[in-house]
Amino acid sequence: MSLMSNLSTSMISSSSSAFLAPTSFNSSRSQSVSVPVKSIKICKCVATPQEQQQTAYKTKVSRNSNIAKLQAGYLFPEVARRRAAHLLKYPNAQVISLGIGDTTEPIPDVITSAMAKRSQALSTLEGYSGYGAEQGEKALRVALASTFYSNLGIEEDDIFVSDGAKCDISRLQVVFGSNVTMAVQDPSYPAYVDSSVIMGQTGQFQKDVEKYANIEYMRCTPENGFFPNLSTVAKTDIIFFCSPNNPTGAAATREQLTRLVQFAKDNGSIIVYDSAYAIYMSDDNPRSIFEIPGAKEVAIETASFSKYAGFTGVRLGWTIVPKQLLFSDGFPVAKDFNRIVCTCFNGASNIAQAGGLACLSPEGLEAMQEVIGFYKENTKIIVETFNSLGFKVYGGKNAPYVWVHFPGRNSWDVFSEILEKTHIVTTPGSGFGPGGEGFIRVSAFGHRENVLEACRRFKQLYN
Amino acid sequence: MYKLLACCSMASGISLQPKMVQASLGVQKQGNGHCTNVPRNVNLEKLQNNYLFPEISKRELQHLDKYPSAKVISLGIGDTTEPIPEKISLSMANYAHALSTAEGYRGYGAEQGNQVLRKAIAETFYKNVLIRDQEVFVSDGSQCDISRLQLLLGSKVTIAVQDPSFPAYIDSSVIIGQAGDFQDKTGKYQNIVYMQCGPENNFFPDLTTTPRTDIIFFCSPNNPTGHAATRKQLQQLVEFARDNGSIIIFDSAYAAYITDDSPKSIFEIPGAKEVAIEISSFSKFAGFTGVRLGWTVVPEELLFSSGFPVINDFNRIVCTCFNGASNIAQAGGLACLSSEGFQAICSVIDYYKENTKILVNTFASLGLKAYGGVNAPYVWVHFPGLKSWNVFSEILEKTHIITVPGSGFGPGGAEYIRVSAFGQRERIMEASWRLEKLISNEKALFNSVENKE
Repeated sequence: MSLMSNLSTSMISSSSSAFLAPTSFNSSRSQSVSVPVKSIKICKCVATPQEQQQTAYKTKVSRNSNIAKLQAGYLFPEVARRRAAHLLKYPNAQVISLGIGDTTEPIPDVITSAMAKRSQALSTLEGYSGYGAEQGEKALRVALASTFYSNLGIEEDDIFVSDGAKCDISRLQVVFGSNVTMAVQDPSYPAYVDSSVIMGQTGQFQKDVEKYANIEYMRCTPENGFFPNLSTVAKTDIIFFCSPNNPTGAAATREQLTRLVQFAKDNGSIIVYDSAYAIYMSDDNPRSIFEIPGAKEVAIETASFSKYAGFTGVRLGWTIVPKQLLFSDGFPVAKDFNRIVCTCFNGASNIAQAGGLACLSPEGLEAMQEVIGFYKENTKIIVETFNSLGFKVYGGKNAPYVWVHFPGRNSWDVFSEILEKTHIVTTPGSGFGPGGEGFIRVSAFGHRENVLEACRRFKQLYN
Repeated sequence: MYKLLACCSMASGISLQPKMVQASLGVQKQGNGHCTNVPRNVNLEKLQNNYLFPEISKRELQHLDKYPSAKVISLGIGDTTEPIPEKISLSMANYAHALSTAEGYRGYGAEQGNQVLRKAIAETFYKNVLIRDQEVFVSDGSQCDISRLQLLLGSKVTIAVQDPSFPAYIDSSVIIGQAGDFQDKTGKYQNIVYMQCGPENNFFPDLTTTPRTDIIFFCSPNNPTGHAATRKQLQQLVEFARDNGSIIIFDSAYAAYITDDSPKSIFEIPGAKEVAIEISSFSKFAGFTGVRLGWTVVPEELLFSSGFPVINDFNRIVCTCFNGASNIAQAGGLACLSSEGFQAICSVIDYYKENTKILVNTFASLGLKAYGGVNAPYVWVHFPGLKSWNVFSEILEKTHIITVPGSGFGPGGAEYIRVSAFGQRERIMEASWRLEKLISNEKALFNSVENKE
C-alpha cells in the first residue's frame, strides 16, 4: 500500500519553492501520518513476533524484553493507521481529523519571521552558531522563567529547553532508571506508561484488567471530579500528573494540587507535572505546580510550545527541575538530569529556539493568545454539540479536548462507528488506559469549517 | 513567607503570571531541604566524570577568567564554524515563513521523518547499496540516536567499543545499565569490551582476541583518531559480527571527509545489512551542529535472535520516545541534498580539509607523530610518555589553544591529544604558528619521559 502516490521522482529540485509544491517536500496531508510507508507488516507496530523464512539470518542478540511487553503500537500511530486505512476504503471521503491533537492554524508571523531571520543569519559570519548549550539558549531560558514562573522562585538555570515533552518524558525515565515505581492517572497520556514499560519499571501487561503490573493507576472519573482519591493510592516513587488533563480536559484546583504536593511530601515521591495545556486554562486554577508552596522540593514540571504556538512540527519544549529537588541521598535531581541532557541529547534546534524567544515577546504572546482563543472557540462548539445531543460531556473548558461519555460501550467500537459513519477521526478513550473505556476524546484543533462540519455530522449520526 | 501576589494579566486578558496564595496550615514545614525517598539511579552513580565536552567548555571558561584578554583558539570540541551555504539557510527561512500560511502550515510530522527527505537520504548516500527509504529514520542527531538505540537494546546486552572512542557510546551504555563499575586501575568500566586501536594495529582491533559481545560500536572515519577503516578491515568486522551473531552500530558521521577510497558506509560490505545499523549526521556534513539533524539506517533484514525485526522495535522507540526532527531542519536537510546544496557543502568541507592539512603539516614539521587528518577533520597527535590532561593544560596555558585530551576518549587515548580542524583559516594558521613556537621551544618538555601515564 502506498499513501505516497504523488511523490516526485528522484529528481530533487534545487529551487526553494519546489519543495512547497504539491509533489515534493510538503506533499499531501497524508504524509504527516506517522506510519512507515511500505508494507502493512511494518505499519502494524504490533508486538507479536514476525516470522521470517527459515533461511533468513538471525543475530544472536535478544530482543529487549521490556519492549516485548508493549501491547500494541503507540496509540497515535495506531489512530493514524486506522485513518489511512479508512481513506483507502473511501478515497473520496472528506475525513475530518479530531483525533491526534495536532494544531492546524498557521503560526503567527512575528514568530516565523524570527525563525526565518535566524535561519538566514546562519549563512553569515556574525550570525553563524554551531553547538548550543544543551540546556538551551540563555535568552530563552531567562524569558521562560520571567514569563511563566516569575515570583515562583524558579530561576533560569532550573529550566532545560528541549525538543518537546514526549522526548523529555523519556529522558526523565532514563534519569530515574528501572528501579523506581510510578503512578499515573487513569486515563492518561500514553507516553508515561509506555516509556515506563520501555525503561523496565513495570511487569507484564495483565489483559484482564488492561494494566501493566507494578504501575499504580490512579482512577480519574466524573465521580471523583477527575482527581484521584489519594487515600487509596499506593505509595510510588514517581507520580505523573497532567493538568489541564489530556485526555479528560480536567484541571486540578489549587486545593487538589495542594493535597497532591502534600501526598508526595509525605511519601517522599517526585511528581512529574505535565503542564502542556496550561495556557488553555479558563478557570482560576494553578497553571504551574510551583504555585503550590513546597512543590519545588517534590516536583518536576514539563511544558511544551506545541499546543501553545503550533510548534508540533517545529519541536520545542522545556522541563523544570528545581535545585531543591533531591534524591533520597541528598543528591540534586537536576545534576543527573543535566548529565542526561548533556550525554543523550544535544540541544533543541537553534532555529526553533529563536522562534520560542519570539513567542515570549509581548507581540508573540498576544499573537499566540489569539490562536489559542480560536481553538477554545472550537472547543466550545464541540461541547455544545454533544451537550445538545444529550451526551455527558467533560473537559473542554480548560483544555482543547472534549471527553464524551458513551456508557457501556467499547471505545474502539465507538471510534470505528464514528469513523465509518461520519468520516471523523477521534481517539478511543481506552487508548489512554482502562479508565478511558466508555469515553471518546474529541480534540478541538482544526479549521473552523471542519469543526462546524464535524458537528453537523455528529448531530446527524446521534439525533 | 509566601506572599499573596496580584494576578497580572497580559494585554490579551489571559493570565500567564501565576498566583501564589498564603500557605495553609499544616502544609509547609520550614527547615532543611526535604529529601525525597526516591533512590538515585545507580547507573548514573557509576559515571565517573562529567560528559567530556562540557568539561572541556568548563576549562575554556576557567581559562578565559584567568586570562580575560587572551585570544583563545578552540580546536577542542569539534564544532563547525563556517556559515551554512545560503541556498540551504534560505530553504529553511522559506519553510519557516510558509508555516505562517494556510497552505504551508504543518503540524506533527512523521516521527520517522519527512518522506521526501528519507528518500533523498537513501538516494544520496545509499544509492548503490540498496537501502530503502523506509529503513531511514531522520533524527535530531547522532548523540540522541545513540541513546535511543540503547533504549531499544536495553540493559541486558553487552557492548564493545573502540578504544579510544566517542564518549557517548560508553556513557550511554553505563546510563542504560549495561556496564559494571568503573575501575580506576584500568580506566575502564567492567562488562564493556574495549577494542584497542592504535598505530601498532593500524587503528583496527585485533578481532582474534576480541571477546564476543552483542553490540559493537564502530566509528569510521574515526573520532578521535581520524582513521578510516579499509574495505578489507570492514569485511573482517562484518564477518566477525556474523560469526558471533552481533550487531554493529556503525557511526559514519564523518564519511564526507574521506579522501581516499575507504568505504563511506558499512552497507558497502556484502552481508552488512543483516548485522549492522548505521548512524550519521548533518552536523559535520552541513554545519548543522546547532540546527540538529541526523539519521539512522536500520535494515529490514536485521533480526533479533527470535527472528523479530529490529526495525519494528526501533520504530516503536521513535514513535514513543521522540516526536520527529524539527520540520524546519528537515527542509534544510533536503536542500543540502539538492545538487546545488550538496556542491556548496562540499566546498565548506574542502575548507575544513585544508585546515586539517595545515595542522597535520605543522605537527609533522615538529617531529611529532600525528595520525588521522586524511579522512577526518581530526588530528591525533602522540606525546609518548606524557599524560594527555597535562599536555592539554600545558598547551592551553602556554598558547591559549583548546584541544581535547586523548584519555577523555578512553584509556587507549592516553598520551594523545585530539586537535580538531574546524575553525576560520586565519585562526588555524595562528594556532599552527603558536604550536610551532611552543613545541620547538619546549622540545625537551614535550618529549619528556618523566610524566608517565
